Amino acid sequence: MAKNKWYDRMITAAFWSAGLFIVLILASIIAYIAVKGISAISLDFILQPPSRAGRAGGISTTIVSTVYLTLMSLLIAVPVGVGSAIYLQEYAHSQSRFGRLVNLIAETLAGIPSIVFGLFGFVFFVVFLDLGWSILSGSLTLAIMILPTITRTAQEAILAVAHEYRENSLALGASRWQTVSRVILPSALPGIVTGIILSIGRAVGETAAIILTAGSSLGMPIAPSDPARTMAVHLYLMAMEGISAERAFGTALLLVILIVIINYLANLSLKRFSQAVR
Amino acid sequence: MKRGPAKKRRSHKESFIEKTLAFSAGLFVMVIAVITIFIFSKGLPVFLQVGWQDFIFDTDWRPTRGIFGIGAMVLGSIAVTVSAMVWAVPLGIATAVFMAEIAPGHIGRMLGSLVELLAGIPSVVYGFVGLLVVVPFIRQHLGGNGLSVLAGAIVLGVMILPTVINISRDAILAVPKEYAEGSLALGASHHQTIARVIIPAARSGIITAIVLGMGRAIGETMAVVMVTGNAPVAPNSILAPVRTMTSNIVLEMGYASGDHQGALFSTGMVLFVFIVALNLVVNRVAKAGGINGKK
Amino acid sequence: MEPKKMKMRSEGLAVFYQQYQALRGIDMNIAANRVTALIGPSGCGKSTFLRTLNRMNDLVEGTTIKGQVYLDEVPIYDKEVDVVGLRKRVGMVFQKPSVFPMSIYDNVAYGPRIHGIKNRSHLDEIVEKSLKAANLWDEMGSRLNSPANRMSGGQQQRLVIARVLAVDPEVILMDEPASALDPISTAKLEELISELKKNYTIVIVTHNMQQAARVSDYTGFFLSGALIEFNTTSELFVNPANRQTEDYITGRFG
Repeated sequence: MAKNKWYDRMITAAFWSAGLFIVLILASIIAYIAVKGISAISLDFILQPPSRAGRAGGISTTIVSTVYLTLMSLLIAVPVGVGSAIYLQEYAHSQSRFGRLVNLIAETLAGIPSIVFGLFGFVFFVVFLDLGWSILSGSLTLAIMILPTITRTAQEAILAVAHEYRENSLALGASRWQTVSRVILPSALPGIVTGIILSIGRAVGETAAIILTAGSSLGMPIAPSDPARTMAVHLYLMAMEGISAERAFGTALLLVILIVIINYLANLSLKRFSQAVR
Repeated sequence: MKRGPAKKRRSHKESFIEKTLAFSAGLFVMVIAVITIFIFSKGLPVFLQVGWQDFIFDTDWRPTRGIFGIGAMVLGSIAVTVSAMVWAVPLGIATAVFMAEIAPGHIGRMLGSLVELLAGIPSVVYGFVGLLVVVPFIRQHLGGNGLSVLAGAIVLGVMILPTVINISRDAILAVPKEYAEGSLALGASHHQTIARVIIPAARSGIITAIVLGMGRAIGETMAVVMVTGNAPVAPNSILAPVRTMTSNIVLEMGYASGDHQGALFSTGMVLFVFIVALNLVVNRVAKAGGINGKK
Repeated sequence: MEPKKMKMRSEGLAVFYQQYQALRGIDMNIAANRVTALIGPSGCGKSTFLRTLNRMNDLVEGTTIKGQVYLDEVPIYDKEVDVVGLRKRVGMVFQKPSVFPMSIYDNVAYGPRIHGIKNRSHLDEIVEKSLKAANLWDEMGSRLNSPANRMSGGQQQRLVIARVLAVDPEVILMDEPASALDPISTAKLEELISELKKNYTIVIVTHNMQQAARVSDYTGFFLSGALIEFNTTSELFVNPANRQTEDYITGRFG
């Protein structure tokens, strides 16, 4: 009996250390980047464009490129993703072939490595459609990559909305679309927003697909046809080419801060959603 | 019923909206079709010209001379993936069990959001930290120049942890409470219940977690390219540098042209087929497997 | 039975869910400005029948319907029929009070807005009238902008009724409207039903036979998808013609 107790305690301790180890990994990555990167960050670092291929100056153009690409890809992916989710949950029959096919495709798309999307974006958008290395090629590629996340979370959010809302609204003589737009979407909105925020995280951090579709020009992108270098691509190139460790750390820290904020917002909106749905 | 003109217009609007929504769902089919067509049309010619066996198994990669064998890169991908999984899968499953069964509720939830954060950190950041911390550490303490299978395994392992943890935890949480209660009522200890009842019941979900973690590891590019040294030769030790299939693509796409570019697409095509097949298998496993498959 | 104007009428109505036949050739007359109660054990088809009256069964995948239902002698299962318009005329109150996650005002104004009323003072008028008709104005008139889901269950069910009244229906279908309510809220609801029949035709499904006896003028007894007996409530409860009806109302099964 006593031996058993010892054994039990050992196992419990092992499980606790597994959990602790995960915390340790995350904490040390973030602490390391924060300590090394904090000195690089200043207002100038954020507001000045890079000069001498990133050896001097700030990273303003890469911040603009990141925001530009992310927003453009959302502009494309959100309507398509949410629209598909509405169709699959509210219009298509739940067991229809088409619905199952689309869900299977979404699952498959979610698993495809970003480098493959990069290859596709390169051969299709950059070369075949002749959009060149540009914000447009990059955001179209990114849009396809974040589409599964947006659709899946929107589907789950719509599914979680009480079935009775739908019935009651239809029984009042509302059409399907009126029911969707006035009752279901407002109730599902925080859940949908959570998916969108998570997609922003993915878009901000993406590198492999962007480098093949948007290029790596350090100029300030103005038109959607301009090439661009995002923060993530900039960090990659600076690190690989040993350009400026200080600026690389600064960029990495800014990226991590962005991701922390994005995750916090996602959690916040998820909390609001689960409260609203109960 | 009376049907005034106003109503008719409304039903036109309704059907227009429905068609628009159906179209957006239809885009998924179009997207996957176009991706498949373009990846294959660019990748298939070189693949067939070299012959699939030579392409995949030959370790001679001299693109400038028209010799395209990705065997070394296939081995590289396998080496890095397997060695990452060796440590990350057990740790991930243990953490999932910890979160779902052992930790008090608030600690489990807190750990959950930390794992989300771990999943959100961009792969370049992992690669960057790996390059500046893991690689020098290996160089100083274990020898070699640090850029190695081992460095890739460490960085990649961290990156697949969230996938393994999240999916396993969901599978464990989905096991009906009655199972555990039944076991405890028979006098089994908590740990015995976890090992003999809960984990077996969550088996298919845990297998899904492992397979998807593997998919993630094989597909990962940026972090691996930054820490593995990228020599296109088959690795002979865990401290040797390697090049994975994904690294090969991102390293050479910048300047490749003609058949060389075609061969990189062939590499992408192999990856694509492999990952899609993996996902279809997972889909089957999830459907076939007991409790977690039941929808 | 006194001669009464018929509001709705079903003729040989049969409903199938895939292979399963839920209703077998129902013929029933529903009198205008009266309360008709549908009783019977669980799964007898009474709720299915209720849902055919405003075509809510259309929403259930794999449902086939044979026979016909008439509203004011116009068939409602015709290709030409505008289902949305039908549901506007035949409103429905469900078992579980389900208020939309919006204010009390917006809940009641939901229907009128959908049907195109935008004028604010007109909406105000409808909201006040509907809440009054649902006996909710005195309690809630001063709190129109507070969220509807903070109200009690009984208030929520009356709000749902007000929401139905706001689209100005002719018939109101109620599917076990009191099953989730406490006795006091149930009493208030029954009182409300008696008041509403002055202006509306009401069909109510209930598990509670005392309730059927208290509120209804006519009662139909369903068993295994068939209408076993249909008569005035007083006649059916006092002198049931059918043995099964008698067994059910005397509590021998169900």
